[in-house]
Amino acid sequence: MLNTDPHVSHRFDDELNAVHELVHRMAGVVEEQMRNALHALLHQDESLANEIIGRDSIVNDYELRIEEECINILVRRHPAAGDLRLVMTLIKSIADLERIGDKAVKIASMSLSMQRSSASVNSRFLRDIKTMGDYALGMLRQAMDALANNDAEAAIEIAKGDEELNQEYRAAMRRLITYMMEDPRTITPAIDALFVAKALERVGDHARNLCEYVIYLVKGINVRHIPLEEVGKQLQD
Amino acid sequence: MSAAENSAKVSVRNLDFYYGEHKSLKGINLDMPANQVTAFIGPSGCGKSTLLRVFNRMYSLYPGQRATGQVLLDGEDILAPNYNVNLLRARVGMVFQKPTPFPMSIYDNISFGIKLYEKLRKVELDERVEQALRQAALWDEVKDNLKKSGLSLSGGQQQRLCIARAVAVRPEVILLDEPTSALDPIATLKIEELVAQLREQFTLLIVTHNMQQAARVSDFTAFMYLGEMVEYGPTQQLFTNPQKKQTEDYITGRYG
Repeated sequence: MLNTDPHVSHRFDDELNAVHELVHRMAGVVEEQMRNALHALLHQDESLANEIIGRDSIVNDYELRIEEECINILVRRHPAAGDLRLVMTLIKSIADLERIGDKAVKIASMSLSMQRSSASVNSRFLRDIKTMGDYALGMLRQAMDALANNDAEAAIEIAKGDEELNQEYRAAMRRLITYMMEDPRTITPAIDALFVAKALERVGDHARNLCEYVIYLVKGINVRHIPLEEVGKQLQD
Repeated sequence: MSAAENSAKVSVRNLDFYYGEHKSLKGINLDMPANQVTAFIGPSGCGKSTLLRVFNRMYSLYPGQRATGQVLLDGEDILAPNYNVNLLRARVGMVFQKPTPFPMSIYDNISFGIKLYEKLRKVELDERVEQALRQAALWDEVKDNLKKSGLSLSGGQQQRLCIARAVAVRPEVILLDEPTSALDPIATLKIEELVAQLREQFTLLIVTHNMQQAARVSDFTAFMYLGEMVEYGPTQQLFTNPQKKQTEDYITGRYG
């Protein structure tokens, strides 16, 4: 288990807690950006889409600030063991969160271009998007909860969900390709929808990365590139 | 401990140590591999310096101090009553916390130890002195002043002189008891660099209060607490993912 006893230096505790909290605030902004992006896309809300694009700098600022705080801790505290793993986990997590933020911007931009290009954004192209979006958002939320609770077992379960999202993506792709083959006029909107689906599939990958960092944080083992079933077994040993 | 099993240079078996009635090392078991640096860390009074002093039987100079169990050097028990202590001190050299040059010339500081064990001609002796000073990364700084007193050197140079003195008698194991605690950061880095080079030829055991130093210089780290060996393993593992909570508490600053 991760050691959460207080340090002799209370200021060190304060510094770690502060940066940890910043990461969760960043995740909150990223989650909101993604939820809004899906809303803008599905409800053709142009002003909301523009707002999302404008707010990306907030996400980027968080990333820079947290990175700086982590570097400060490395320089001043020379963290070891669980403290070191926490700082590394936070540094790595914010890179994935920032990328999820970029996906939200991408989806917002897609929604603008889809609105401009065709008068009728045909809802059948977006059929899979809502399901995938809700799923990806759920993974992100749960991954951040696992980080907050130092819960490696939960992290494994959440990471497993990534495979389901990948299946959703493949199913969506097959459907969209079918539309395109049946009617060449659907190619532009279908490809737009495919890009959105791909972005959501990537969000799942980033959420899975977050889960892997949580396992590293709590258990001290690096589980990237290991099948999740084996990870579960390793953790029990 | 398995990593060291096969090529253990020094093995400790069920070692207890007493200062009079007080038992200060309790059932220590440890295998230290050849040509590696093993660091001992732990709070003051945990027994790490006591353990180091067992490895060359330094303690036997003091009445009332005794060790039971076995310390095997290449499989031979150095605690056995008939073991030749003079020979042991040639095989196991030691460097202390404060630099301790003899009040004599730089040259004599080095040649003194060699002459105790070997009869050499002047040319050969000169060569050995130069070799030792080179091994201690001190030669270039003192080669033109070998007649100068060892005490005229800076603290960092004095400590490297002591290391040169230790390596001059061609030991197999070198014990370092907080060798840089009296030195500035740059002099400290020079000693650490030296430790990294010396491990090619010697087995090094170092006691340090500076955990970053243990992390920087050692291949294996042993964490001791209240006279017990709490955890021993590869340095990287001990500092990133220690297996015992006591170890983690100590290296992350959670004691007290």
